Amino acid sequence: MSHTAATAPAGPEPEVAVAASSLHVTRGNVSVLRGLDFSIHTGQITGLLGPSGSGKTTLMRAVMGVQLLTSGSVKVLGLPAGHPDLRHRVGYVTQSPSVYPDLTVEANVRYFGAMHRKGRAEAAEAIAAVGLDPQARQKTGDLSGGQLSRVSLACALVARPSLLVLDEPTVGLDPVLRADLWDRFRTMAESGTTLLVSSHVMEEASHCGSLLLLREGKLLAQLTPAELSQRGHSADLEKAFLHIIQDTAEGRSTEGTVRS
Amino acid sequence: MNVLMLLATTRRVLDQLRHDHRSIALILVVPALLLTAVYFLYENETLATGAPRTFDRVGLMMLAIFPFVVMFLVTSITMLRERTSGTLERLLTTPIHKADLLFGYGLAFSIMAALQSLVATAVAYWIFGLDIQGSPGLVVMIAVINAVLGVALGLLCSAFARTEFQAVQFMPVVVVPQILLCGLFVARERMNEALEAVSNVLPLTFSVDALQEIATNTEATDQLWMDAGIMVAIVLAVLVLASLTLRRRTA
Repeated sequence: MSHTAATAPAGPEPEVAVAASSLHVTRGNVSVLRGLDFSIHTGQITGLLGPSGSGKTTLMRAVMGVQLLTSGSVKVLGLPAGHPDLRHRVGYVTQSPSVYPDLTVEANVRYFGAMHRKGRAEAAEAIAAVGLDPQARQKTGDLSGGQLSRVSLACALVARPSLLVLDEPTVGLDPVLRADLWDRFRTMAESGTTLLVSSHVMEEASHCGSLLLLREGKLLAQLTPAELSQRGHSADLEKAFLHIIQDTAEGRSTEGTVRS
Repeated sequence: MNVLMLLATTRRVLDQLRHDHRSIALILVVPALLLTAVYFLYENETLATGAPRTFDRVGLMMLAIFPFVVMFLVTSITMLRERTSGTLERLLTTPIHKADLLFGYGLAFSIMAALQSLVATAVAYWIFGLDIQGSPGLVVMIAVINAVLGVALGLLCSAFARTEFQAVQFMPVVVVPQILLCGLFVARERMNEALEAVSNVLPLTFSVDALQEIATNTEATDQLWMDAGIMVAIVLAVLVLASLTLRRRTA
C-alpha cells in the first residue's frame, strides 16, 4: 500500500465530502427542500439541526441518493449522490431502527457487514463500539428502544464508511450513553470519517464542528457552534437558534412588504 | 451478482425462519397432515377393478400445490416486512445487487421447499402407498420449481401491498384461481373455452401437467421437460418484474 501511495498517490479524500447546489425536493404537493446550497467538510462532524418537519430526513435521504430530487444536485465524495461506487463508502442510519427484529444482534450486524466483505471480527468490534457486547446473542426484537437504535448504528459502523449519515442517532438514549456515542463520533471524525448527524435537540450542537440550521426547507445558516452563540446572542444554543429564527423572520417580513 | 452477498442473504432468511417455529411447522408439518386428510377422504371409495385410486391423482397434485401456496404466503409477508421496516431501503444503500437479494430469497425458500416436498412425498409414498409410474425425484423437482414460483409471485405481490392484511388478500386473487383451473377439480380438456384459455396461461397448470406426465410414464418425457422449462421461464420473468419493484431511489 505504501508503494502505491509513493508512486501514484490515490489522491487525498477531497476536502469537501458533500456538496449540494440549489437542491429542491418536492414530495406530493409539499415543497420539502427549497433551494439548498452547502458543503460539508471531510473529517468533520456536521450537525443538521432544525425543528421537526424542517426537512432534515429528506436532506439526509438526498445525500444518501435514495431521494428523487426535483432539481439541483448533491455530490458525495466527488460523485453524484447514489452512485454505485459510493455504496461501499457511505453508511446510513435511519431514524427508526431498520434491523431484523427476529435475528440476534450479532446476526444483524454480520449480515450488513457481509455486504461490505466484513466478517466476524469487524462485527464484534462494531457491536462493542455501541456497548452491546452483553446482548450480542439476544434476539434484537427483545431489546429496548435505545438498544435497538444502537443495533441499527452498529449495522452501519461495521462497514467502516468514509461518510456516515445518522438521522437522530441519540434519541431515546440515556445521558451516559449519549456522551459515549458523541465521544465515538469525535474519534471517528479525528480518524478521517465525515459525519452528518441530525438532531432536534440544540444542546447536541456543541458536539459538532459545523452546523447546518434548517427551517421549513431552507438553510438559515451554516456556522460553527461558537458563531451560533455569537450571532444568536446567547451561550444557550437553543436560545441562540430561536434568536436567529426571529431575526430571519423579521428580515423576511420587511422583504415581504417590499415584494407585495 | 455477488455470490457472497447472495449466500449471506440466503443464510439470513433461513436464520429468520429458524426463529419462527410456526412457519417451520407450516412448511414441514402441515402439508403432510393435509395429505393425510386427503388420503382418508378417499379411503372408502369403491373402485372399478384396475381403475387408479383418486388419491394417486389428487394426492400427487397436492404435492405440487402445497409448496406453491405456502411459499407464496411466507415470502409475500417476509418481503413486505422488509419493505415496511426500512431494512430494504437500507440494504439498497449497500453494494448488494437486487439479483443477489431476490435470488438469495429464492434459494433460501427453495431449500425449505425441497425439505417440505421430501417430507410430503415420503409420507405419500411410504405411508399411503402413492402409486405412480415415474420417479419420486422428478416429483420433488416439480415441487421445488413450484415453490420458487410461489416465492417469485410473493416477492412481486408484496410490492403492491402496504400492510400484511393487504398482502394476505392476494391469496384468493393470485393463488385460488390457479388451484381451481389447474386441472385438479376438472380436467382441463373438459373446461369451457374461456376457462381453458385462462388455464393455459396460468403457471400452476404447467406443473399439474408435468406431474401427470410423471404419473403415467416411467421415464421422463419431452413434455415433462417442456413443462418444467416453461415454468422456469415464468419464474425468471416474474423475478425480473419483482426486481423492477425494488427501487433504490424513491420520491
